[in-house]
Amino acid sequence: MSRLTSAAVIEAEEIIARYPRKKSALIPLLHLAQAQDGYVADDAMEHIAELLDITPVEVLGTCSFYEMFKREPVGKYLVNICTNISCQLMGGEELLHHAEKTLGIKSGGTTEDGMFTIEDVECIAACTEAPCMQVNYRYAGRLDEVRFDKIVSEIREGKLAIPAHGNLGDVKQHIPQERESGIKPPEQTEAPAWFVRRMSESESEVTINANK
Amino acid sequence: MPTNNYLPHLDGYVDNEGPKIVTSRFNDPNNYKISNYKASGGYQALESALDISPDAVAAEIKDAILLGRGGAGFPAGLKWGFLPDVYPRYLVVNGDESEPGTYKDRLLMEHDPHQLIEGCLITCYALGIETCFLYVRGEMALAQERLAQALNDAYAQGYIGKNIYGTDVGIDIVLHWGAGAYIVGEETALIESLEGNRGMPRLKPPFFPAVKGVYMKPTIVNNVETLSNVPWIVTNGADKYKEFGSEASPGSRMLAISGHVNRPGVYEVEQGEVTFRELFYGDNYCQGIRNDGDVKMFIPGGGSAPWFFEEQLDLPLEAKAVGAAGSMLGSGAIVVMDQTTDAVKACLRVVRFFARESCGKCTPCREGTSWEEKILQRILDGAGRPEDLDLLLDVGSQISPGDYPKAAWEAEGLEAVPFPPKQTTICPLGPSSVAPITSALRRFRPEFEAKIAAGRTTVGASS
Repeated sequence: MSRLTSAAVIEAEEIIARYPRKKSALIPLLHLAQAQDGYVADDAMEHIAELLDITPVEVLGTCSFYEMFKREPVGKYLVNICTNISCQLMGGEELLHHAEKTLGIKSGGTTEDGMFTIEDVECIAACTEAPCMQVNYRYAGRLDEVRFDKIVSEIREGKLAIPAHGNLGDVKQHIPQERESGIKPPEQTEAPAWFVRRMSESESEVTINANK
Repeated sequence: MPTNNYLPHLDGYVDNEGPKIVTSRFNDPNNYKISNYKASGGYQALESALDISPDAVAAEIKDAILLGRGGAGFPAGLKWGFLPDVYPRYLVVNGDESEPGTYKDRLLMEHDPHQLIEGCLITCYALGIETCFLYVRGEMALAQERLAQALNDAYAQGYIGKNIYGTDVGIDIVLHWGAGAYIVGEETALIESLEGNRGMPRLKPPFFPAVKGVYMKPTIVNNVETLSNVPWIVTNGADKYKEFGSEASPGSRMLAISGHVNRPGVYEVEQGEVTFRELFYGDNYCQGIRNDGDVKMFIPGGGSAPWFFEEQLDLPLEAKAVGAAGSMLGSGAIVVMDQTTDAVKACLRVVRFFARESCGKCTPCREGTSWEEKILQRILDGAGRPEDLDLLLDVGSQISPGDYPKAAWEAEGLEAVPFPPKQTTICPLGPSSVAPITSALRRFRPEFEAKIAAGRTTVGASS
């Protein structure tokens, strides 16, 4: 699909400014692209390469390593069902099979109406609430077939305000310019002035105590 | 607009009425807000740290023997001592929690983001660090939102940024987030990822983060729970901290107990004060095994840890004791399996995790973990061959030479090798896949053999 919108570019530039090296902003910018289109489009990756002064293939190299980045469109709701050990013990695999049957797709597939994609995922850190899943990275736990079906039908009926795939939250970090101390690039090799001063004062204190 | 109107907090925290260090504010559902955090004494530890010299703060943490809570259990104070006199130095917070069975860092970030931020600020002050990167696992949407809001508020109120508390001290904290890769929890892979690369571990030496970390500069990588302990220690002192827990492992641990127990949950537990048995059966904790069953096996410290069995139930929850018995408390994830559990299936599931999450950098791990998965899968599917069990161990020994877990083999009169295991790989991910295999095969070999035998009968009968 598309390159980043002008609004996304403004956000991208704010993110880039937070890092001593531009390339460090790569994963956050890929998230930005995914928030915009629901997946990471090739054009967006080229645009990110331009913003970071790296090659498109470097962007692809990083993008393809991480599971959250989808390079093809997925369903509006990404249903990640955990089948790792704690969930397996409590019926995670059965839940996955039920989900596949109910939605008529296999893990990795998307329903014809483009609503749901199912993934069989590794531990999502809610092990005591097994079996659990995430829908667009929002949790649901202690699931059984009835609860799963209820969540699916509530999503279909628009009763659950789950943000679109790619949106990991509306609250973003924003460092006000007048409050920023100055993020240190690796080239600046001096110790912080406050640190030097306080450490030298501390040595004299230690000497005083030692003399006592 | 609420971003979550169902299960905003999938939260297994259980208040067990024991001493509280890192979870002391968990009972306030609005504690993630800066006003509530400040009302309960928040950011006062930072203020008192700024009144004393940086090295005095570092000395206090060293004296407290604050063991790393990410898995390896290395003392934070010692780690800090490895920094050469080179600047700039960076602090990287490891919030990429993804070890199977583990979730405590997510709760600490969701419930008490300011406690973590305060811990980061104090650490930066102690070590002369001006830039901190807070790396949060990508899948943890709520934790990221809570931290972003907390950072924005703390910047606005003068706790982060320039002139902290009106002093000359300036420290910035940057929120960074991942995109789904277990291996990024390994500190050198985390650094690669923070630099915008594929999350593949670096060889140590020479790339010890404390010497050559982010941008090849000295970097301290600490776990979320480790840093969340720092404000308490500064406020109450190392001596008070050491009143909790055991001599070698002071303080508490957050433990996530999942699987076949009646009350699974995340508990803050004093180190060394409770045994596994009390934890599984105690009224104050998990209240027994489901259906009044028995423990068949349990994982004491996350998917990478060798398994324990009923004879280890009376070990205290303390790194040294668990280590001496041939496993590890690791990341504080305990998975309990009752007697109905299929050992082969459980073993396959843990191995499959490592096969999926191998980053592919080292051949023994990339190829070996997939081999292990394939062999176990065919045994489970009834297509196993009698020689498969030795083959499994052989593949394992290519990734992790030598027998382990140590104490378990020792008990059977076999020659012992050190734990953690030797490895033919850069990081311990590959060797971790061998732990469930040696654990399950040593104990439940007849189960594996029965599956192989049954499979062969079926094949024979149908042909």
